[in-house]
Amino acid sequence: MIAELGLAALWLAAALAALQMIAGFMAVHDDGKSELAGLIRPAAIVQGVLVTLSFGMLVWLFAITDLSVKLVASNSHSMKPLIFKLSGSFGNHEGSMLLWVMVMGLAGALIALVERRLPERTMNATLAAQGVVALGFYAFLLLSSNPFERMPNPPAEGMGLNPLLQDIGLVFHPPTLYLGYVGLSVAFSFAVGALLTRQVTPDFARAMRPWVLGAWVLLTIGITAGSYWAYYELGWGGWWFWDPVENASLMPWLAATALLHSASVLASRDALRTWTIMLGVVAFSMSMVGTFLVRSGILTSVHAFAVDPERGTFILVLLGIFIGGALLLFAMRANTINEGQRFALASREGALVFNNVMLSAILAIVLLGTLYPLLTEAFDVRVSVGPPYFNPVGAIFTIPMLAVMAVGPLLRWRQDRVDRIGKEIALFAALVLAALILFSLLAEVALLPLLGLALGLGLAVASLLPLRGRKLSRTPLATWGMVAAHFGIAVTLIGMASESAFTEERLAAVAEGGSATVGPWTVVLQGVEPVAGPNWTAIEGRLAASYNGGEAKVLTPQARNFWAPLQQTTESALVTRWNGQLYAVVGDRAPDGRWQLRLWWKPFVTLIWYGGLLVAFGGVLALIGRLLSDLRHRRLAARIAERRADREAVA
Amino acid sequence: MSALKPKHQRLVLVLLALVALVGAGLLAAYALRSQASYFYLPEQMLADPPEVGQAVRLGGMVEEGSLQTAPDGITLTFAVAGNDGSRVPVRFSGIAPDLFVEGSGVVAEGRLGADGTFVADNLLAKHDENYVPRELQEMEQHQAAKMAEETTVGLE
Repeated sequence: MIAELGLAALWLAAALAALQMIAGFMAVHDDGKSELAGLIRPAAIVQGVLVTLSFGMLVWLFAITDLSVKLVASNSHSMKPLIFKLSGSFGNHEGSMLLWVMVMGLAGALIALVERRLPERTMNATLAAQGVVALGFYAFLLLSSNPFERMPNPPAEGMGLNPLLQDIGLVFHPPTLYLGYVGLSVAFSFAVGALLTRQVTPDFARAMRPWVLGAWVLLTIGITAGSYWAYYELGWGGWWFWDPVENASLMPWLAATALLHSASVLASRDALRTWTIMLGVVAFSMSMVGTFLVRSGILTSVHAFAVDPERGTFILVLLGIFIGGALLLFAMRANTINEGQRFALASREGALVFNNVMLSAILAIVLLGTLYPLLTEAFDVRVSVGPPYFNPVGAIFTIPMLAVMAVGPLLRWRQDRVDRIGKEIALFAALVLAALILFSLLAEVALLPLLGLALGLGLAVASLLPLRGRKLSRTPLATWGMVAAHFGIAVTLIGMASESAFTEERLAAVAEGGSATVGPWTVVLQGVEPVAGPNWTAIEGRLAASYNGGEAKVLTPQARNFWAPLQQTTESALVTRWNGQLYAVVGDRAPDGRWQLRLWWKPFVTLIWYGGLLVAFGGVLALIGRLLSDLRHRRLAARIAERRADREAVA
Repeated sequence: MSALKPKHQRLVLVLLALVALVGAGLLAAYALRSQASYFYLPEQMLADPPEVGQAVRLGGMVEEGSLQTAPDGITLTFAVAGNDGSRVPVRFSGIAPDLFVEGSGVVAEGRLGADGTFVADNLLAKHDENYVPRELQEMEQHQAAKMAEETTVGLE
């Protein structure tokens, strides 16, 4: 019954998306004269409610482990902890797509409810575009991945969820990424709407900006959380693998970062009109490409839980329709959009354009590297592309970007002279040079980490300079946000560079009572014992780790055996200090009875994720700042309108 | 640039962006050709060995009876066998994946040493029925089918 209710709600929501699309396009066509125009906003709102209801039903089915539903039977297990039962509802292909459309429906409802700044015609076009995108995903769900499918013969027990995914990280990681992807779909709809009505104005950028900011914040959090999850759960000691699925989340982030900055230029300076539209289309395309890569099973990966060529084809067709359609529209309309304001090369716009181009180049490099194995496979050559490609080639564009990012915010809008900020540039250059010399003399560091450390330190200082000489209490929140985000990038960069420059690794076979050292740590293997959890058993090593002979901390890394489904995982154990992390993994037993231990000492590795969170925090500050000033403007506009009405009444 | 007409400024911007993007594309194409790591079967590696030190991957079956642990307790040596009886010796220091046993498929990432031994930095074995390295997937298709059959008893 619950499943049927959910399915019915989903079908109804799909019908409303169709209504929203048709009514929206008709209203754009006849300038809102048709009576259908009044239906667009209510359709979007009710659709949001229905699809939320549908997702709620799915979560309920998972909570009560209704094994007559195929999805529950193949992804859940009655003995799983409740939190993982709930997160299991979106830890699979169908459930995650339902989550996607739910977020999309909610976003559409929210625009329909609150967005009143844009001309009604542009709004109608935007909601129509949103309807098209939503309808595509409803069709995908209902026709090829129905989450509510029943089974004629329910099994006695479910098959369980991949143990790697039974982790608190999974509870938050996919939903945040999806929210981010969907936020970009809203930006896409705004871009298409503005393109349809040729209203590419600062108002359009202001309406779109909170969505881009929100999506960008969520993508940042999602990537940061995903990276930490891979770091401690996969037990390989790495935090980024250039795995296709990681790239699939990085590419939309790069595009969203570029879009965020160009939308800022459009909102405050009315320049970069077509470029912003283009980025809006590209950002959502990258989300779709990411979804396609992950969901089609065309690339194998830990994340590719549904390997199904039919679904891959479906997403590819959707991708072709949405992106092809949007690009066609762009090609036809781009010429008719009026040129925005001009600016000099040495201006804040100039710096932002430079960084936009650099971000696009990095995006192109990541995209090509991700797709290259697919391309060669067509010619029957198997390759894999990893860090030896991505790191140096990406760095060629990242380094100039970071340099411009350090000084760009100090430039004035429209026109400026580079020599006006000569002192600041000299400070940045001096810092970078000093760090380069210092680190290359003190330690043997490879080129890229060395550059990363130097640029990170320089950027950390330079990113605070925009606050200099300002009254801090009167600095707008959005400026604080920018400073925090740029500072966060510097922090992350220092963490990454430090990790790859100074990590020490030790692999040893240790008998019980024996010890191993790594960097400043001495680790004693006190014992190895079997332990059991709710749905697993494990071998647990008890390690006593002391830093420079100090007090010992106990770590308990495990090698776990899950029985539903049958699988083994490595649970790493960590000791976090302010200056880094000790990372320990226990492996097999050697034939002579010793245990394999793998230890890493990673100085300042935690900065990677603290920096990521700082970047997201900066985004949140900017978002709050924008929303508050928007509210203030609205209130002001309302009061002016009121007063004018009063005056007219008096007259 | 401020002296330019609007139309020209847009043109210059578009050109600059294009140059950067095409540059990125060419650079990527060049780097991909030299940096991508190629996949070898044992028979291919014997017939046409990659350069010593170049990052490549080797895939095949772990030969029965060849798996040995060195006295240090952490170095594994084994041979990867191809379909036609060819074999490549492999040395790996580290914690082997959980499902790495004799007779199973493996993909070793690493480089060929000067003595003809393949030195692996990383071993990829089957994680579970959902995550199989692509190259392994085809090698053990029948095995996978069997496993899928076993694990779906009671479903459908």
